[in-house]
Amino acid sequence: MGEVIVVTSGKGGVGKTTSTANIGTGLAKLDKKVVLIDTDIGLRNLDVVMGLENRIVYNLVDVIEGNCRIKQALIKDKRYPNLYLLPSAQTRDKTSVTPEQMKKLADELREEFDYILMDCPAGIEQGFKNAIAGADRALVVSTPEVSAVRDADRIIGLLEASEIKQTHLIVNRLRSDMVKRGDMMSSDDVVEILAVDLIGVVPDDENIVISTNQGEPLVGSDTLAGQAYMNISRRIIGEEVPYLDLNGKQGLFSKLASLLKKN
Amino acid sequence: MSLADFFRKKTSSNIAKDRLKLVLVSDRAGCSPEIMEQIKNDIIAVISRYIEIDMEGLDIKITQTESETNNGTVPALFANIPIKDLKTKK
Repeated sequence: MGEVIVVTSGKGGVGKTTSTANIGTGLAKLDKKVVLIDTDIGLRNLDVVMGLENRIVYNLVDVIEGNCRIKQALIKDKRYPNLYLLPSAQTRDKTSVTPEQMKKLADELREEFDYILMDCPAGIEQGFKNAIAGADRALVVSTPEVSAVRDADRIIGLLEASEIKQTHLIVNRLRSDMVKRGDMMSSDDVVEILAVDLIGVVPDDENIVISTNQGEPLVGSDTLAGQAYMNISRRIIGEEVPYLDLNGKQGLFSKLASLLKKN
Repeated sequence: MSLADFFRKKTSSNIAKDRLKLVLVSDRAGCSPEIMEQIKNDIIAVISRYIEIDMEGLDIKITQTESETNNGTVPALFANIPIKDLKTKK
């Protein structure tokens, strides 16, 4: 029986879709059978982040309305044979789907997949309710900014009131240089304020922009963000993974180079 | 202000943390700014019947306080109301 995980945040633009794409791909790299569901009806994005936008035939609303079978709507990722995407509908809105229908869909997918990742829309309205309906656990994404943390707190409150048993926090876009000079809250600060368990810290990394440009998740690559996302995927499957040292921002090569420069 | 606060540098991240803690207390209490405003006005109205208070220096907010019965923090209504003049109205 698979596990249904919702990736949510409250505030928009903090990296829900990027996190869903990378964690999902990471799980597929760990040989899990994974389906990513874009529940942001009307504002479809996960397909372009995954680089699968040209292969959409059917979408989530088609499946719900019975215009096609689930299998027909699932897009198989070319890079990972056990990774699938169920894209959202672009020309419909959030009211096209009900929480009950989403729960039923999630339960059907559970039979087939190890992990079902729901990419939640921003906000706390119908789209959010749809996305969390069938979920067993939640990953709340927040950046270390007051607005994002405040919204994350609201979301955590709503998740606690729902049937979701487990909620974990991802602190995204952390800039260790700013944390060091006291101009950005640290992940510990955010954890202290939100009083929720941390599952990963993703540094602000320009490689994310590059990878999104290319439609190729960077999870597992030799970048700080790529490693951070891989660690989150590993923690999801139950592995104990130590946290990255984000202060050692440089790679081995640049470290060597700066050593040589100093001497 | 505790001694620890005194030595803690007022960096922008500390300011962010302090502001967030305050705003989340009222968020979690489900108390909107409108309701706070009403509470404030009602308190002013009641107290003004007996004493003259300094409206400018008035500070009413929801904060957290150590619970006396169970270990942990609970929300508390904090009111700092400077008195201008003790009237002897009846």
